[in-house]
Amino acid sequence: MVKDSIRVLAVASGGGHWEQLMLLRPTLAQYDVRFATTEPAVAVQHGVAGAESLPDCNQNMPLRSALCALVALWVVLKHRPKVILSTGAAPGFFCILAGRLLGARTLWIDSVANGEELSMCGKLSRRFAHQCWTQWEHLAQGDRPRYFGAVL
Amino acid sequence: MIIVTVGMQLGFDRLIAAMDTLAPELGMPVIAQTGKGAYQPRNMEARVKIAPSEFEALVGEARLIVSHAGIGTVLTAARCQKPILLMPRRADLGEHRNDHQLATVGKLAGRPGILVAADESELAPRIAEGLALTGWSAVQSATARQLHAALAAFIENRPL
Repeated sequence: MVKDSIRVLAVASGGGHWEQLMLLRPTLAQYDVRFATTEPAVAVQHGVAGAESLPDCNQNMPLRSALCALVALWVVLKHRPKVILSTGAAPGFFCILAGRLLGARTLWIDSVANGEELSMCGKLSRRFAHQCWTQWEHLAQGDRPRYFGAVL
Repeated sequence: MIIVTVGMQLGFDRLIAAMDTLAPELGMPVIAQTGKGAYQPRNMEARVKIAPSEFEALVGEARLIVSHAGIGTVLTAARCQKPILLMPRRADLGEHRNDHQLATVGKLAGRPGILVAADESELAPRIAEGLALTGWSAVQSATARQLHAALAAFIENRPL
């Protein structure tokens, strides 16, 4: 199998979520990886050119969330990734949902900042993503979420 | 250079004042981002806020980051491969709503490039340790190796 033929869409909102995606970059770089984020300017600062832009949103912003879901669907249609993963937050979750509709394998990696309980999107991802991982061993519960280490 | 940061949301005068006291003996410039604190540093350059792009550049030049136990700064330090010394905020001193920073340092202590000072009395020896650290990489921690391996397995559709 040729690794760089596997297309991966890696999604994270700006800030800590994006920092965690960047820490996973050495592994992601082995594949045909495309990035999407709410802050493409920061992506450029970190040496990632051509990241797709997603509108930021959260559960308190219904209209913006609907817009984000549409843009997420468009991004997934445009790149047709085999694998979609996100380190958070809501825009990444929408990409995972779009990926489910279009046959991608999907992975949610809950933020290392969530050491007490899974994030809201993490809880939703237990149901909607193929895999949901926590970065804290004590939060793992059987199959959902599972624990496979942390970015730190 | 050493950069001190307490985040943008809350002041953390206990850390800023202690670093101000230590600054003259450190033998290098100290720059502090002080947030909404009341203490006015005398021995180090102090700024309420530092824009993200400038903060990034300062981290790039720094030999050590001294910080409250905020996960965002820990992640920046890891990405930039800089050692970080964390001192947790305490709820009983009114420094945060709860003691989650104590929990954070309890879990992160001992990972590569991460040092912890339980309080201001431990800052000086931990700073010396942090400045002496060499040859570590955040990507190489046991937990990070495990996550990178699992991620590769998932992407390649191999058994986890």
